[in-house]
Parts: sequence; C-alpha cells; structure tokens
Amino acid sequence: MAVDYKALKDGGFMRQVQKNHFSLRLKVVGGNLEAEQLLTIAEIAKKYGGGRVHLTSRQGVEIPFIKLADVERVKAELEAGGVNTGVCGPRVRTVTACQGCAVCPSGCIDTYPLAAEISDRYFGRALPHKFKFGITGCMNNCLKAEENDLGVKGGYTIAWLREACTLCGVCAKACREGAITQTETELLLEESRCNHCGRCVKACPFDAWRGEAGYMLSFGGTFGNLIARGEEFLPIIRSKAVLLRVADAALTFFDRHGKPGERFRVAIERTGWEKFKQDMEVAYNG
Amino acid sequence: MADFTADDHVDITDVVCPVTFVKVKVALDVLEEGQLLTVRLADGEPVQNVPRSVKEEGHQILKLADNGDGTYTLVVRKAGE
Repeated sequence: MAVDYKALKDGGFMRQVQKNHFSLRLKVVGGNLEAEQLLTIAEIAKKYGGGRVHLTSRQGVEIPFIKLADVERVKAELEAGGVNTGVCGPRVRTVTACQGCAVCPSGCIDTYPLAAEISDRYFGRALPHKFKFGITGCMNNCLKAEENDLGVKGGYTIAWLREACTLCGVCAKACREGAITQTETELLLEESRCNHCGRCVKACPFDAWRGEAGYMLSFGGTFGNLIARGEEFLPIIRSKAVLLRVADAALTFFDRHGKPGERFRVAIERTGWEKFKQDMEVAYNG
Repeated sequence: MADFTADDHVDITDVVCPVTFVKVKVALDVLEEGQLLTVRLADGEPVQNVPRSVKEEGHQILKLADNGDGTYTLVVRKAGE
C-alpha cells in the first residue's frame, strides 16, 4: 500500500531527506514541558530516533530519524508518557508564549494559561492555510507577537491614585514614552502617548499607579516567504471573553474569505483591510 | 536633599548596567534596617531601571530628585530581611 505522506504530515510526521525517515513534531503549548514529558521524549529519541531532538523556531520539539515502520509504536509510547504529537499543514499550529507574569517581573498578563486555553480551543483546526498564535506578556515582546497570524501582547491600562502618590518622581522617569509629566502638585498623564508597557506601575514605590491587565492584538503577521508585521488597530482588550470573541471572528473571516493555500494576511489583503477591520470591530464591540 | 539625612551615599554615574544596581545592592547590604542611602545616578537607563530594581528587592524609595546636571539622586530606606 502506498504511504499516505499527507496524513503523516498532518499528524506531525515530517518526511526527511533520508528515505522512510521522519522528523516527528510534538505538541508543545506555550513553550512549557513537564520534566516527566522530557524524560519520555528523551527515551523515545534514544529508542526510535537518532538519539537527539531538534528545537524548532516556534518552541516546538521534533524527534528526527523515526522510521516509518515505528510510527504507530512511537505514537502509542509517547501518549503513554504524557506527550502528544503535533500538527502540520493547513491548520492552527503550536500556540507559543513567553513565561508571562507568573514568572517574569516584566509580565503584564499570565500567558501560559491563556496559551493553554487558546490551544484547547483552536489547536489543529483546519483552515485555508497554516495559522499561528503567539502570546507575549508585555511590550518587551520576547515572544515577537507581530510575527504571528494572530499575536497577543499583554499590557496595562493605567490610572493614577492621587492619595497614594508622594510625587517621588520615579514614574515620570520610568516612562519611556514621555507620557507622564510631574508638576509641583500632581502627575499629568498624556493618554495618547501611553503604550501600556506598565513600567510606571512596576516602578512606583508607593503603588500609586493602578494597572489593569489587558490584551493588544495584531493580525496578519507572517515571517516566512512573505515577511510582514501584524497590524494593530483595535483598542486594548480588557476581558478574555472579548479576546476569544475577536479570535473566533478572525478565524471565521479566514475560513470564509481565504482561498486554499493562501496565508491569512494575503486573504485579508485580497478581501480588503477595511472589510476585515470592520468584522473585527463588530466582534470587539459584541 | 535637605529633607533627608542619609546614612550613606553611593555614586553610580561612572558604571553601566548591571553594575549600577550591584553597587546599590552592596551599599544597602551594609546598612541596618531603616537607614537611608542616597544614590547618585545618571539620566537614561539607570534612572529608568534602578529605582524599579530597588523596589523589587523590597526596599522603600522615598524620593527621586533631579540635580539639574544630568544626574538624579535617589533616596532609599533599607528594608528588613
């Protein structure tokens, strides 16, 4: 019987240069793996692969040199060890994330649970072409949100708490955007200059800046054959329900308007950014 | 800085990150809880980042004053262990 390479590829087995050998892509969410999963992966790589793994550019793990004859056994043994296989082809790919505020002092949002929720909701969903989500915790953008078809960036909406403030002067210097000016009696915030980085909140010694966490979305990023930065046009989103509603609408748009084999950005450009923005604004406003 | 009587002073205008914060940390280490340290620091990255690092170590910042010569003076009260 002929080998169904497409089915293998969809299931994460990537055909190698070497005949009848595959590099097996594993499912990784938000760049996190448990130590036990790593032990399983190490064992499989030694037993069935070439004794090593490859770390992909998007926080994935692949085990190269799996033989065609071992495919089913490898899948079963990985699953028994708590490791799932990844996907390839025209569908929602690995959801990437930085460590976020649960670990990183700069983080504004808890990225990993969000990556897990987005992955549970969309991972593997068939679309006209590949679709990548990336989640970064703050403006430092370690996870490069705008490279993704849909990028999520954490940020703060800030408010000054006059009664807690001692006018110590730290925040006006911590702000890199020049959005905060200090007078003899108060702080003036120029909201149009605020980029939601949260440095004022993080730096304030008296908790006199309140920061409310939110999400800034970028659409249509791609960093392969075509290189383009994802576009940001919605205001900062303050609830996860709205974030998911907009993400739903983005995938629906791609399903409806994308031609097979066409990336999200190309589908948006062919259909028109105005139409796309309109659809996203409708979803944003509920 | 007449409002505060410092117990020690450290000048970090002649070093760059991360030595800026290291010098502050070393100076704070030898102080007792509640004592005050003044830090002279340069504009730009030091003044953007050092106050936040001091806060994240749990110390209390009292004041950041502009010296008018491209430097700032940060007043820090040492926290307990």
